[in-house]
Amino acid sequence: MDYVVEMLNIRKEFPGIVANDDITVQLKRGEVLALLGENGAGKSTLMSILFGLYQSDGGTIKVRGEEVKISDPNIANDLGIGMVHQHFKLVENFTITENIILGMEPRKGLVVDIQSASRRIRELSEKYGLNVDPFAKIEDVSVGMQQRVEIMKMLYRDAEVLIFDEPTSVLTPQEIQELMKIMRNLIHEGKSIILITHKLKEIKAIADRCTVIRRGKLIGTVDVASTSEAKMAEMMVGREVSFSVDKGPARPGEVILRIEDLTVLNNRKVKGLKGFSLEVHAGEIVGLAGVEGNGQVELVEALTGLRKIESGKVFLKNKNITEYSVLDRIQSGIASIPEDRHKHGLILDFTVEDNLVLKSFHQEPYSKNGLLNREVIHQHAEKLMEDFDVRAGEGSASLARSLSGGNQQKAIVGREIDLNPELLIAVQPTRGLDVGAIEYIHKRIVEQRDRGKAVLLISLELDEILDLSDRIAVINNGELIDTVDATQTNENEVGLMMAGIKRGGHR
Amino acid sequence: MKLKLEKNYLLALVAVALGLLAGALLMAVTGNNPFEGYYYLFRGGLMSVQRIGDTLATATPLILTGLSVAFAFKTGLFNIGAPGQMLIGGLCATAVGLSFAWPKPVLLPAVVIAAILGGALWGIVPGWLKARFNVHEVVSSIMMNWIAYWAVYYIIPGYFKGQYLETESKKIPMAASLKMDWFTNLFNGSYINMGFFLALFAVILMAFILNKTTLGYELKAVGFNRHAAESAGIVANRGIVLSMMIAGALAGLAGAAYYVGYASSMQIGVSPSQGFDGIAVSLLGLNSPWGVFAAAIFFGVLQSGKGFMNAMTSIPPEIADTIIATIIYFAATNILIERAWERIYRRKEKKHDRPEQDTNNSKADQVGGLN
Repeated sequence: MDYVVEMLNIRKEFPGIVANDDITVQLKRGEVLALLGENGAGKSTLMSILFGLYQSDGGTIKVRGEEVKISDPNIANDLGIGMVHQHFKLVENFTITENIILGMEPRKGLVVDIQSASRRIRELSEKYGLNVDPFAKIEDVSVGMQQRVEIMKMLYRDAEVLIFDEPTSVLTPQEIQELMKIMRNLIHEGKSIILITHKLKEIKAIADRCTVIRRGKLIGTVDVASTSEAKMAEMMVGREVSFSVDKGPARPGEVILRIEDLTVLNNRKVKGLKGFSLEVHAGEIVGLAGVEGNGQVELVEALTGLRKIESGKVFLKNKNITEYSVLDRIQSGIASIPEDRHKHGLILDFTVEDNLVLKSFHQEPYSKNGLLNREVIHQHAEKLMEDFDVRAGEGSASLARSLSGGNQQKAIVGREIDLNPELLIAVQPTRGLDVGAIEYIHKRIVEQRDRGKAVLLISLELDEILDLSDRIAVINNGELIDTVDATQTNENEVGLMMAGIKRGGHR
Repeated sequence: MKLKLEKNYLLALVAVALGLLAGALLMAVTGNNPFEGYYYLFRGGLMSVQRIGDTLATATPLILTGLSVAFAFKTGLFNIGAPGQMLIGGLCATAVGLSFAWPKPVLLPAVVIAAILGGALWGIVPGWLKARFNVHEVVSSIMMNWIAYWAVYYIIPGYFKGQYLETESKKIPMAASLKMDWFTNLFNGSYINMGFFLALFAVILMAFILNKTTLGYELKAVGFNRHAAESAGIVANRGIVLSMMIAGALAGLAGAAYYVGYASSMQIGVSPSQGFDGIAVSLLGLNSPWGVFAAAIFFGVLQSGKGFMNAMTSIPPEIADTIIATIIYFAATNILIERAWERIYRRKEKKHDRPEQDTNNSKADQVGGLN
């Protein structure tokens, strides 16, 4: 068999954990091999070994049948292995050509020969259908284009084997389609691809074979065409999983959150949110769909009080809360599950019980006259951990840091729901969680809705939005594109709106 | 939680042991008998009631500056301004003590309060600058140190000049001193004074604030993760100012303990070494109130015993300072000790053929988070 890359019996240990335990991955020439596994399963470690970022503790790597030692990324490059990272490594104010040749600039005398480089880029672009403009600046092009620049970088360096690390997480559904087409072109021209992902749909769409890793161990390699998604999910998680969210029809009540013409600056001091208006009713889940960086962060921070509002108003139950402090907003009934649980959700060096009163410690019964009531705090934690199935080695006295991601997230969800809020803002509530925890958290969010609370769900995963929401609002470039009923739309329509195209295309 | 704390204390003790070992090596290399050296070093600190009193008196300002640094650390701030806060505390105490001829029960509390207020003010300034303009507290604290230094340089000769020396203040009256006759006599004429009890009280108070109050909870939350604290509605800037104020007040109190307790006059042109030593005390004491207390007492023993060691042997007193420095070095690098420890531990575990720990990402960051 003609394998272009073989990683045989790879083992990699970090202090206290075995990230890769006897893993074998073999990539055939001209195929797309998917590497499937949950977050923390060891996919990235394995690929970092192949790319020379880590050294394995055991096992061998063969490229085109010969055993090699890849001690740094330059060697990987020389062997024709290229990696398209999840987070692009591009210089914003350079042109595409300048970015691509960075580090290996062709010279003509003393000056960089931009002309011949751009000519070659144009040729490659045509050959693989990448459609890149060599003289456009990175800061002016879309995320999808930036990714193609990353791909072009690899092609320019004559890479034979391309590793894509979660390439679709930053793309709209249409851009994902484009990427799939590009990947097919690459295969057609004789390249081989390893696709790191945890999205089964994409594997079904593009991959030939799929290698599944779970908790650092190889589960198996299957032929994609003859294996169902459910089967692959089961291999990935280790048990059967249900995909659909169980929920009845929404019974929307009064308006809980009203956002009027909200304008907010982003970190670069330009408008990240432009005249944004939205209403969320009691008893409904409104999903905000959008590609990363289109104003979601600005909106959430403006709602929770962490970011200054330039103009516009926010009402909670008809009360103008625009000028309220963070604390006042919490006490008026806004709870939020933050996007980054380590940065905004938890104090990792506090115990779980201390974390569970992070937003209520200054209130009775948790404290009185400035003195904490440790006993009550402890009881409260025990109860919440029981109710929300938070598992920790030393119970409520465990440091938050020692919990798994899923349990940390469940603790946050428990804390926020325990505030009994009028409005629950859930930002990427299941990011990086395993399928089991996702099911559980989705159930809890729907439960909030059914108890007559308003829920604003913000997610980059379109599937999550489509599954959970009753209404879907689409944000693009800081503006509300439209709001649609979740039962009367589909992935394609929402995807187009995420790209900024209004319904009907001509409006 | 409990287990982990114990492990950290153990690591601190290992640092002490390694420091002492290094000192022993140094003594041996310089041709002295280390056993003899340590015998006289500790005897010098502990051999009599009077010596013990001196040791405690030496430790008193260290406890307070150690607490000062540790308290700021809890809020994620590095209070390098303890020398300045201590100087200003001492200056305020001395000024009040020399300006009013009140009876001791009135004057002494006024002296102590003046020191606390002076130090607190010196802490508020960098805290406010940090909160309002994001000026790094290390830079502004160091500037405050120099302001205090030159303020003393100007004010002492100008207003409180001593009888014989231009560079020294007048001796403070007994009524303004933290020394108590009965207490001094109890320790056979030692330097020990009421400052020690104030320091002890401060230790208890700080432990109470940090563990039992909402204020302590807030300050620690800000220190560990400012973003999460702010997301939960805690006003981090308020915490920063408050924390620096309390840190300054503690160092100011150290100024009283030193200048109107241990000593009885202020000299110009000297920045108190206890200010920076507080950083070391806090480091070795793991930023915990009782840890700081123990570390300060230990440094006090070494400080007050080194003269005796020097008198009885040919070992220079600088060896004691070297030991202190080495201990700090080991305490600061205790992450290395911990790693070595874990390696040994793991090897043992393997020998017992126990299954390895489950794949868990948090384990890797835990190593970094322990300190």
